[in-house]
Amino acid sequence: MKHAGNVEAETQPASRLRAIFTHRAIWPVIALALIFLVDGIISPGFFQIRVVEGRLFGNLIDILYRATPTALVAIGMAVVIGTKGIDLSVGAIIAIVGAVITWRIHAGDPHGLVLLIALAVALVCGLWNGFLVAVLDIQPIIATLILMTSGRGIGLMINLLYGGTNPSFTSPFLQGLSVGHIGLIPTRLVLFGAIFLALWLLVRRTAFGLLLEAVGGNPAAARIVGINARLVIYSAYLISGFCAGWAGVVLAADTHTSDPVSIGLYVELDAILAVVIGGGSLAGGRIYLGMTLLGVLVIQALTTSILTSGLPPEYNLVVKAVVVLVVLLLQSANLRAALYRMFARAKP
Amino acid sequence: MMNEKYLPLLATIAVFVALFLLGGALYKHFLSTQVLGDILADNAFVITAAIGTTFVILSGGIDLSVGSMIGFVGVVIANLDLAGWHPLASAALMLAFGLGFGALQGLIIDFCEIQPFIVTLAGLFLLRGSCFMINLDSVPIHSPFVEWFATLSIPLPGEGELRSSAVVMLVALAAAIGIAHFTRFGANVYAIGGDRTSAALMGVPMRRTMVGIYALGGFYSALGGVIYAFYTSSGYPLAGSGTELTAIASVVLGGTMLTGGIGMVAGTLFGGMILGLIATLIVFNGTLNGAWIMIISGVLLFVFIVLQRSLVGSLRLRGAA
Repeated sequence: MKHAGNVEAETQPASRLRAIFTHRAIWPVIALALIFLVDGIISPGFFQIRVVEGRLFGNLIDILYRATPTALVAIGMAVVIGTKGIDLSVGAIIAIVGAVITWRIHAGDPHGLVLLIALAVALVCGLWNGFLVAVLDIQPIIATLILMTSGRGIGLMINLLYGGTNPSFTSPFLQGLSVGHIGLIPTRLVLFGAIFLALWLLVRRTAFGLLLEAVGGNPAAARIVGINARLVIYSAYLISGFCAGWAGVVLAADTHTSDPVSIGLYVELDAILAVVIGGGSLAGGRIYLGMTLLGVLVIQALTTSILTSGLPPEYNLVVKAVVVLVVLLLQSANLRAALYRMFARAKP
Repeated sequence: MMNEKYLPLLATIAVFVALFLLGGALYKHFLSTQVLGDILADNAFVITAAIGTTFVILSGGIDLSVGSMIGFVGVVIANLDLAGWHPLASAALMLAFGLGFGALQGLIIDFCEIQPFIVTLAGLFLLRGSCFMINLDSVPIHSPFVEWFATLSIPLPGEGELRSSAVVMLVALAAAIGIAHFTRFGANVYAIGGDRTSAALMGVPMRRTMVGIYALGGFYSALGGVIYAFYTSSGYPLAGSGTELTAIASVVLGGTMLTGGIGMVAGTLFGGMILGLIATLIVFNGTLNGAWIMIISGVLLFVFIVLQRSLVGSLRLRGAA
């Protein structure tokens, strides 16, 4: 630590300020605040929340509502990335889950059972990924690429099983889970809250969470102290598959069609971005669930803001790329140091 | 004795020949230079882009911006064509752009120490978004030069012909083989992919090489975009979606290890042709649909990776003994 001496020499408030500015949450929080600030200036009614037909309405609720599927995927992704892995197949898992739901509902299964089957299928996908990564020792990015390339094809094949290209279904039970509401709150938010809490408890309050980060941080050391690294890595992919499965349920019930080609397209990229914006390193060893959620909110707030601001939706991708780059560049110590030197030199 | 490093390449060529013969056994007229020429021409843009990806993967990195670059190059060329530019001038401009964009990505990756996956993902969004900002519809290219270019071909023995896009791709491949195996830069790429720390300690110029690798990746994907735009004589903002994954799959099927340091540029040609061959086989069959292309590509990817793993595993064992 080169600056350690400087920190001690400084006065108390300054070092506290420094602690705030070096905290990992600072850049995503600033980004989110800036996005909301611009929103507030452009459309004054942006933050209004009303109650319409017995449920909450407003842009902020809309952001949370639309962010839910990505957030579900992203918290599973955070766990996988924490073990030094990556899961590119989550979009494909969503497509397969959507196809299975539609297929089983057409086959006349009770809808509760359909939900269980869908989640079981998602777990099987996670099992497959885990098998490739943990047992066959294949690099995660390429191991999950296999399911990513073939998964949407599998979804299309399931659709063709009972002869339809984009079959639709109706299911009050499943649609209730996705677009319904409990009291004032949308059901999917409650659902997400429950899954998030369960995962948070698992990662932060059990020994298993410690093992996950240990395996990601230093696999060799983890093995030497007697951790069954294979089993731990395996379970990370199961968790990711499970979370993607729920995202599939929410998305499929929302559109009530099975459209394997376009459902959850690019969700894996958004989820990975969310994890990285949240300060998770692809090098593994850290799982920040709350920060990941913050990352998802930055991405979704940006998307919603562009839509409400009246900019053409075509600008969405470019603005997203720029914001993501800026947040990431600011997180880079090297660049900050270079900028600091530049400003220091500019001052007399 | 034959060098062991050629084993994965030979395995790839064997699979390609086997698939081609399988097609010949199943369908009349499949075993011809015409089919071969078509596969080369249809997949020229993917293979060209994949050649650039090979360098990136050899260095242990990844480039996701390939597909968007192809779309962006096409859209810009089509719009410059409307503005009265000669296609060759706009193509040269876009090649320079590809080189610069790739170099910038490499600089950010190396200087800011951000993972290549994330930086090139931002590149993917940026370029694809720029396509949408320019226009949402397909823009035709009416230039007589492009029409003339599309009709150019070298006759092959038999009925077939080597079309201009395939020729450009093969020339680009030859250049890439030269860069990879006969220059200091190429040796540096292998060194960084093999062991980054050792390479730095041995005095490999890290920043210059990293910037060069991604610049090369950007250049080759821009060239792929030029080939695609000329081949389809249009610029379409969604063109090349997902090509980055096909390119990565081609590289892997071509025997290059994603961990970096091991592999050959020539393998990528056959990797890309295997994927093209599968698509052609499915078209010849007629009753199978597009879903099968995805599934079979995935299965093949799986088989190849497992094969590579066992191959490398056995090599290591022999080395230890």
